[in-house]
Amino acid sequence: MPTVIVEVMPKEVLLDPAGKATARALQRFGDGEITDVRIGKRFEITLNTDVTPELLEHIGELARDVLSNQVIEDVTSIHVAD
Amino acid sequence: MRVGVITFPGSLDDRDALRAVRLAGGEPVSLWHDDHDLQGVDALIIPGGFSYGDYLRCGAIAAHSPIMREVIDAANKGLPVLGICNGFQVLVEAHLLDGGLIRNDHGTFIRRDQKLRVENVDTAWTNTYELGQEITIPLKNGEGGFIADDETLKRLEGEGLVTFRYLDVNPNGSLNDIAGLRNARGNVVGLMPHPEHAVEAGFGPDADRMQSGTDGLAMFVSVLTDTVLSK
Amino acid sequence: MTEHVPDTVDNAIATPDKHQPYELLGLKADEYAQIREILGRRPTSGELAMYSVMWSEHCSYKSSKVHLRQFGQKVSEDMKKHLMVGMGENAGVVDIGEGWAVTFKIESHNHPSYIEPFQGAATGVGGIVRDIISMGARPVAVMDALRFGAIDHEDTHRVVNGVVSGISFYGNCLGLPNIGGETWFDSVYQANPLVNALAVGALRHEDLHLANAKGVGNLVVLFGARTGGDGIGGASILASDTFAEGGPTKRPAVQVGDPFAEKVLIECCLELFQGDCVEGIQDLGAAGISCATSELASNGDGGMHITLDNVLLRDPTLTAEEILMSESQERMMAIVRPEKLEAFLAVTTKWDVEASVLGEVTNTGRLIIEWQGETIVNVDPRTVAVDGPVYNRPMEYPSWIDALQADSAAKFARAQTGTELRDQFLALLGSPNEADTDWITNQYDYYVMGNTALHTPDGAGMIRIDEESGLGVALATDANGRYCQLDPYVGAQLALVESYRNVATSGATPMAVSDCLNFGSPENPEVMWQFARAVEGLADGCLELGIPVTGGNVSFYNQTGDVPIHPTPVVAVMGSIDNVARRLPSGWQDEGENIYLLGVTRDELDGSSWAGAVHNHLGGKPPVVDFPAEKALAGLLAAAAHEGIVTSAIDLGTGGLIKALTDGVLRFGVGARVWIDELQQRDGVDATAALFSETTARVIVSVDRTDDVRFRGLCEGRNVPVLRIGVTDTGSASLEVQGQFEVSVEQLAAVHRATLPAHFGPVVGG
Repeated sequence: MPTVIVEVMPKEVLLDPAGKATARALQRFGDGEITDVRIGKRFEITLNTDVTPELLEHIGELARDVLSNQVIEDVTSIHVAD
Repeated sequence: MRVGVITFPGSLDDRDALRAVRLAGGEPVSLWHDDHDLQGVDALIIPGGFSYGDYLRCGAIAAHSPIMREVIDAANKGLPVLGICNGFQVLVEAHLLDGGLIRNDHGTFIRRDQKLRVENVDTAWTNTYELGQEITIPLKNGEGGFIADDETLKRLEGEGLVTFRYLDVNPNGSLNDIAGLRNARGNVVGLMPHPEHAVEAGFGPDADRMQSGTDGLAMFVSVLTDTVLSK
Repeated sequence: MTEHVPDTVDNAIATPDKHQPYELLGLKADEYAQIREILGRRPTSGELAMYSVMWSEHCSYKSSKVHLRQFGQKVSEDMKKHLMVGMGENAGVVDIGEGWAVTFKIESHNHPSYIEPFQGAATGVGGIVRDIISMGARPVAVMDALRFGAIDHEDTHRVVNGVVSGISFYGNCLGLPNIGGETWFDSVYQANPLVNALAVGALRHEDLHLANAKGVGNLVVLFGARTGGDGIGGASILASDTFAEGGPTKRPAVQVGDPFAEKVLIECCLELFQGDCVEGIQDLGAAGISCATSELASNGDGGMHITLDNVLLRDPTLTAEEILMSESQERMMAIVRPEKLEAFLAVTTKWDVEASVLGEVTNTGRLIIEWQGETIVNVDPRTVAVDGPVYNRPMEYPSWIDALQADSAAKFARAQTGTELRDQFLALLGSPNEADTDWITNQYDYYVMGNTALHTPDGAGMIRIDEESGLGVALATDANGRYCQLDPYVGAQLALVESYRNVATSGATPMAVSDCLNFGSPENPEVMWQFARAVEGLADGCLELGIPVTGGNVSFYNQTGDVPIHPTPVVAVMGSIDNVARRLPSGWQDEGENIYLLGVTRDELDGSSWAGAVHNHLGGKPPVVDFPAEKALAGLLAAAAHEGIVTSAIDLGTGGLIKALTDGVLRFGVGARVWIDELQQRDGVDATAALFSETTARVIVSVDRTDDVRFRGLCEGRNVPVLRIGVTDTGSASLEVQGQFEVSVEQLAAVHRATLPAHFGPVVGG
C-alpha cells in the first residue's frame, strides 16, 4: 500500500519557540557547530489505492486545510514514500 | 533536615514546593539547574512547571541539565528524590523511574481536584500515609498520560512499585490508572498530581470546608521522618 | 538577490517629492501633511513607519482621548489617596497598605484572536503580563473576559477552542493562577470575538519602576527574545517601497508567543529590579521599538540616540522599517546606568536572556536612530508618542434606540404556575450565558503560587499578597453588552456596580478600576455616541463610588460585517482585604443557616437573562443604578466579613435571585429551602420578578443562627434592607422554592453543566 508523506513546518519568518529551546539544549552538548533547530511535523498517510495526480492534489488540499494552519505553518513537502 | 528544590528555567511550582517543605517542618534549600552542587541536602524535590518550555518532550531537556548528573548520582546512592508533575517527567526522562508520560488522552490541559489511593507506603515520601489511604490532591497537566510496554507494566505491578493510583476518574488515560511510581529502593518517587498544593488550609482543594484540603502535607512530612531508608 | 536601500534623512531632504504609501499604512492625507510639517521635510520611510504605528487608533487613542480625559477630571481628593500611579503609565498602581502596592490592568487582543485564536489569545496574556512587570511588580494572577459568537454557529467551535487553549497554554506555562473572568456568547461577536486579558501584580512601594529614560549617558538596553518579522504585515509595504528590486518576503500579521521565554523574562526582570540594575523600563508591545523608544524618551530627559544595527535579529533579512515596527513578543527595553551594565548583563546571562545595548539617553530633545552608519530617524519623540492627532469625532444619537427602548419585555405574559416558573428557570440555567464554564476554566491552573484564596466559580478571584499578615486583593470583571446596547451610559454603570459588588461580596473593600472599552468603529457617529455615553457613565459612576480608574485600554473597530458589536465596556474592579482568611465563600457549607436577601427587588426584566434565554428578546430599559445602596451594601459586607458574622455571600447579577440561589447550592452541593411570598409582598412584585429580576444592589448571605441578632443589628445600623428568605438544607439535596417548585441538586448540576460540553466536548470527570 502506498504511503504519502506530508511535511509541515512553522513559517520561516515566525518564531519557533520549540526549535529555539531545543537548539539551546543541543548547543550545550556541542562545540558551536549547531546554530539553529526548527521543529515541524511529518505525516505518513497510508492509502488503499494507487496514487494518482488527482489524489495527490486532494491530499495537498487536506494538508493545507487540515494538517496545517496556514496562518502560522507551511506545507513544505508532499511526496510518495519509496 | 534540609530539603532542596531545584529551579530550572520554566519551573513554576518551585516556590510552592519550598513553602511545603517549610510547612512540614523542614529547612527548604533553593538549588539552581546550572550548578553542579547539591549543597549537601538530605532530600531533593524536582518541582512542577514547564522546564525549558517543555517543547521537545516534557522534562527531556531538564533531564540533561548540569545539576541532573549530581541528582542521578545521589539518587542511585539513596538520596530521597521526589518528582512532582514536570519533576516526574524529568525523572522518567532521566531513567530514574520507568515508563513515559504522554499527552492526555482527551488532548487538553486539565486542572482538577483528583482523588488518589496510596498504594505503597514503603518509600521515603509516603511512609506517614496509611496503606490504601484515599487522598485528594490537585492535578494540573497537559501531558500526564502514563505509558509503559506490557513487560514494564507487569514488572511495576508485580514488584509493587505503583505508589499512587487515580480513583473515580482517570484524568488523562494513564495505563492501570497509574498516578505515581517509586523506584525499587523506595527513595525516588514521582507523581503527576501536586501534593505541594494541598499543604495549607485555605489554599488547598475543597475538603470538608472550602479549600481546606491538606492531604499532600504527609508527603513532605514523610521524608523528614524517613524510617524506610534508615532501616 | 534583492538589496535593501535604507531611506536616510539626507535622502529624504534630497527627494522631497518622493511618493510615500502613507495611506496603506493607515495614515490620512492630513495626518501625513502634519508629519511633513512637524519635520519640515518628508519623513524617511523609518519615520513614516514610526508615526504610522504610533498615530494609529490602537496606540494614540486619537478618537477616544477627548472622552477619556473625564477619568482624570472626575476625581475627588479621596479617590487619589491610595493612588501611587494613575492613568497614562503602563498600568496604575494602588497602595494597599503594609508597604505593599498592587498594579493591575485589563487589555484587549480581539482582532488577532479571530485571525489565529490560539496565538492571538496567548500573546494577549503575554502582553498584559509584561505591562505589569514593567511597573516593577511580580505578576501574581490573570483573568480573562471573553465574548464569542453564537454557541451553535459553525465557526464558534474553532474560535472558542483556539482562544481557550491559547490562554491555557500561555498562562499555565507562565505559572500565573487564572482566578476568574467571564464568558458570553452572542451572534454580535461572531466575526469579532473579544479577548480581554487582565493581569495583576504585587510590589513593595520602593520597587516601583516607571517607563522613562532619564540620566544623560544612561544606556538603552533591549533584552529578551530576538526581533523577528512578527506582526508587521503593514511594514512590508514600506519594504516593497524601498527594495531596490524584486519584492520583500511577505510578512505575516500574527505573532507567535513563547511563554517559556516570558517566564524567564519575569524572573530575570525581578532579579534586575532587586539588584537595582534598572533606571527605567518599558515592555515592547504594539509598535515594538518605535513605541518603546519614543515613549521612554518622551517621559524622560527628552532625547535618545540608538543604533538599530545593534538589535539582535532572529531574521537577518529584516529591513530597518520592519525592525522598528516588529511586534515580536517577550522583549523589554531598560535604561541602565553605565556602571550597572556589568551587573545587568550578569543577571541576563544567568537567565540565558539575550541583551544588547542599542544606544544612550540624551537631552537633545531628539530621538535619533542610525542604521548602517546613516541617520534614518531624527524626530522629536513627543511628536511621535504624545502629541499625536486628536479627533473630536462626530456623534449621533442612534436612530434606532428610542424604538429599542420602547420595546419592553413587559409584553410577555408572566408565568402562572410553579411548573411554568420551573421550566423557565431550567431554560435560563442551561442557556449559554448562564451555563457552567467548567469546560473552559478546567483548562486553567488556579493553584500555582499557592496564594489563591478564591477562584472560579466564585464571583471574584482573590490572591494573598503577604503570607505573614494574610493581606490580599480581590478582582472581578464584568460587562453586559445587552444592557449597553439599550443604554450605554447606564450599561457601563451597571458593569461597574456589578464588578464592584462582586469584589465586595468576597469580603474585600473595592479600591480601583481598570477598563477595557470594546466598541465598533469610531468613524460611525452612532458608535461614537455610544462610546461617549459609556465613558461618561463610567466616569460619573466611579466618582459616585469613590474609586478611581487607574488605566485600561480602548478597542475600536469591533464589528461583524458592517454591524458593530454591542458596546462592551469591560470593567475590572480591584479591592483589598486585611486578611484573606476572612474572605466570604460563594456558597453555603452548613445545615440550617438562615439565608437573607439584602436590598430591594423591583420589576426589572428588560434586557435580562430571563428576557434573553426564555423569550429571545432584547429591548426596553436596563435596571436602575443606585450608588448609595451599592456603597452601603459594600460597607456592610466588609464589616460582616471582618467580624465573621456571615458564612457566605453571593451577588445577584444576571439571572437574578434564582441564579444566585443556584450558585449557592452548587458551590458545595448543599441544598436550600426558600420562600418568596414575603418578598413579593414587601416589594410589590410577582413571582417572575422576584426570581428573575436583575435589580442591582442585592446580595444573598447565609448566617449562622447564633449570629442572627448581631447580623440584623448590623443591617439596621447601616440602613440596608434585609429579609429572611430561606434556610440551608443538607438533608433534602434540592433547591426548593416553597409553593412554586423544587429541583434536585443533581438536576441543577446536570442542566447547568451540560451546555458547553454539548458544543465543545466532554469535561474530564464531568
